[in-house]
Amino acid sequence: MVNETEPTQRHTLSVLVQDVPGVLTRVAGLFARRAFNIHSLAVGVTEVEGLSRITVVVDTDPRLLEQVTKQLNKLINVIKVIELAPEASVQRDHLLVKVRADATTRGQVVQAAELFRAQVVDVAPESLTLEATGSRDKLNALLELLAPFGVRELVRSGTLGVARGGRSMTERALAR
Amino acid sequence: MSTPQRAGTATAPLTPRPPRPHRSDNIEPRVPGPCRTVEPTRMTGSAGIVRSLEEIGVTDVFGLPGGAILPTYDPLMDSSSIRHILVRHEQGAGHAAQGYYLATGRPGVALATSGPGATNLVTAIADAHMDSQAVVFITGQVNSTAIGTDAFQEADIVGVTMPIAKHSRLVTRAEDIPQALAEAFHIAATGRPGPVLVDITKDAQVGEFEFSWPPKPELPGYRPVRRGHPRQIRAAARLIRQSARPVLYVGGGIARADASAELRELAEVTGIPVVTTLTARGVFPDSHELHVGMPGMHGSVSAVAALQQSDLLITLGARFDDRVTGLLASFAPGAKVIHADVDPAEISKNRQADIPIVGDLKEIVPDLTEELRRDPDGVGMPDLTGWWGVLNRLRETYPLGWTEPEDGLLAPQKVIQRLSELSGSEATYVAGVGQHQMWAAQFVQYERPRQWLNSAGLGTMGYAVPAAMGAKVGDPDRVVWAIDGDGCFQMTNQELATCVINRIPIKVAVINNSSLGMVRQWQTLFYDSRYSNTDLNTGHGTVRVPDFVKLADAYGAVGLRCEREEDLDETIRKALEVDDRPVVIDFVVSRDSMVWPMVPAGVSNDAIQVARGMTPDFTQED
Repeated sequence: MVNETEPTQRHTLSVLVQDVPGVLTRVAGLFARRAFNIHSLAVGVTEVEGLSRITVVVDTDPRLLEQVTKQLNKLINVIKVIELAPEASVQRDHLLVKVRADATTRGQVVQAAELFRAQVVDVAPESLTLEATGSRDKLNALLELLAPFGVRELVRSGTLGVARGGRSMTERALAR
Repeated sequence: MSTPQRAGTATAPLTPRPPRPHRSDNIEPRVPGPCRTVEPTRMTGSAGIVRSLEEIGVTDVFGLPGGAILPTYDPLMDSSSIRHILVRHEQGAGHAAQGYYLATGRPGVALATSGPGATNLVTAIADAHMDSQAVVFITGQVNSTAIGTDAFQEADIVGVTMPIAKHSRLVTRAEDIPQALAEAFHIAATGRPGPVLVDITKDAQVGEFEFSWPPKPELPGYRPVRRGHPRQIRAAARLIRQSARPVLYVGGGIARADASAELRELAEVTGIPVVTTLTARGVFPDSHELHVGMPGMHGSVSAVAALQQSDLLITLGARFDDRVTGLLASFAPGAKVIHADVDPAEISKNRQADIPIVGDLKEIVPDLTEELRRDPDGVGMPDLTGWWGVLNRLRETYPLGWTEPEDGLLAPQKVIQRLSELSGSEATYVAGVGQHQMWAAQFVQYERPRQWLNSAGLGTMGYAVPAAMGAKVGDPDRVVWAIDGDGCFQMTNQELATCVINRIPIKVAVINNSSLGMVRQWQTLFYDSRYSNTDLNTGHGTVRVPDFVKLADAYGAVGLRCEREEDLDETIRKALEVDDRPVVIDFVVSRDSMVWPMVPAGVSNDAIQVARGMTPDFTQED
């Protein structure tokens, strides 16, 4: 049958790459060319020297996702691409947020932080800086709670993800 | 059902063959070339570049020196096995390397300096990418310490070419050169072929290191699939046996996989009609009774209709390009799709495949033929009598043709047809882009692979002269015709100098309609004959700037002009007799000739016109 556009959905891809110059540009460029909306992108080293792992969260329909996955696999420096399904993976974001807090509101902000197991990492006369880790939804809920106090600065990492269970993506990719 | 046996199915033998030996499913990384052992020897990076190319087996390089590649040109001068051909523009080196690859199957090599040298290669890199051609581009780069400082002649060519190359890499240390080049040739030539750029800094070329051979390729992320999955092959065979109106939709992938003989066997065993796309012309002989033509925007009615009415497309190395499908949603609406390709990303990219098969067509096609021969369920081949009746009627009713021009000038189609008849299918034909390209695709008789070279995907005007030069260098015993337009010819004819100086006797047929003809055709059809900026003043009754005969003469080539049909054969014969230098023939043709048939852009293939406003009713079945 002829292809038709399907509704878009959020997907998390884990891309195992050789840690060489330009690899991030190549991966990001593929998404840019197809005008994908990247929600987040996180890069870091892995347990194997010379290999990095990129976690990308994108909004797309399944057909376009398949196409971009195939295109990613064509990149010579890309070793493996997997999709992390929400139910079969652990996905976490990290954030640092500077919240307006004076003597009268500080207690309430700290209380809100405790509810979300966020840590206070810096205190100033007019503000508090919190650090929190969790699923995207949890962190969004925390931010909603903090919004009335006044968020002065927000930094979020991209989503990091790993598949549940004992198997290792790197091990399996390199065992081929 | 006048001639159902035209397909010849009844006589095809159906005896099973012994199973073929099992080969690896993936292509292992390996060092190209004879792979001799060279003990560690101290040398400069630039000597290492030349030595690596020699060890890989490169014999011809097209290029032009400049500051950042100068160190490499010095040892290149001493190489006894590498012939370097000095071009007049780097784009010419790139297209020549493409032509060389297409004519020989061996990767082409182009060499240029940093900055403008490298950016001048960009069109050729993009062209080789679109048409899947194995070409290795080597560029000099400014010193590694100067990168990022906007140094003289610095351009981030790796960055520039990322989306248009199969792979690219910056080398900043001499000791990385052998491995980088070995990997570049391996990547370029295996899997889906493509261009690879190796950008080498000047300090890497000047630096000393211990050269040894072979290097060890390390490409953990690159393992192209070789064999098609047996389950998919069986499923494809089942679908073929159940089909009533199958078509072998054959693309350039068959040419790249060198699988013409295998394709012919599959076609003859099954009796299924074959269409060959623009990049596949010649991989299946035009004269074969199973060939129903070229599909697409300017394809023959029989080929376009075959796809539109088909119930099964057996897609081999084709990619459902918009120039073939027309409006995608209405392309071959009743067809299931078997799609075999070495590149998994092509499958279901434009059209959803029912049976995808990933692998090398050189393996897949004979595997499929064998499976069809084996016929485990005893179903036999499908009866295509009715289908051939439809196609034969279309072939007979709508042959390719043209109307004679009313201005008394030459019909361009006639020129090209006579070129083909007088030069034969052993000659090689190279085209630029535009009307002359389409006429060359239609009216040259293609009988063998590598007979037809053109810029299909990117549509690069100016491709013909340098690509013909590369083809002639790669396969010097063949007559090589560049069939060019007057617009195209003016983009790259500086390479005539290269051809004259290096004794590369190509022949150029300029189909001179004094205009950017294809654009003019669209202006005639879709812009109310308002000819905005398409007049080139090179033809009959104009100032003739430039005069192509004088231009050829100035380059030391033979220049001929032909304006009348009665001189046509004699002019072509005269050109065929010249063997020691290039020939340019200025064929002064009518500017009103148009390319037909035509599917207007963005509409269904069902709206194909055989002449202006004339759409045949081929959807009626008999």
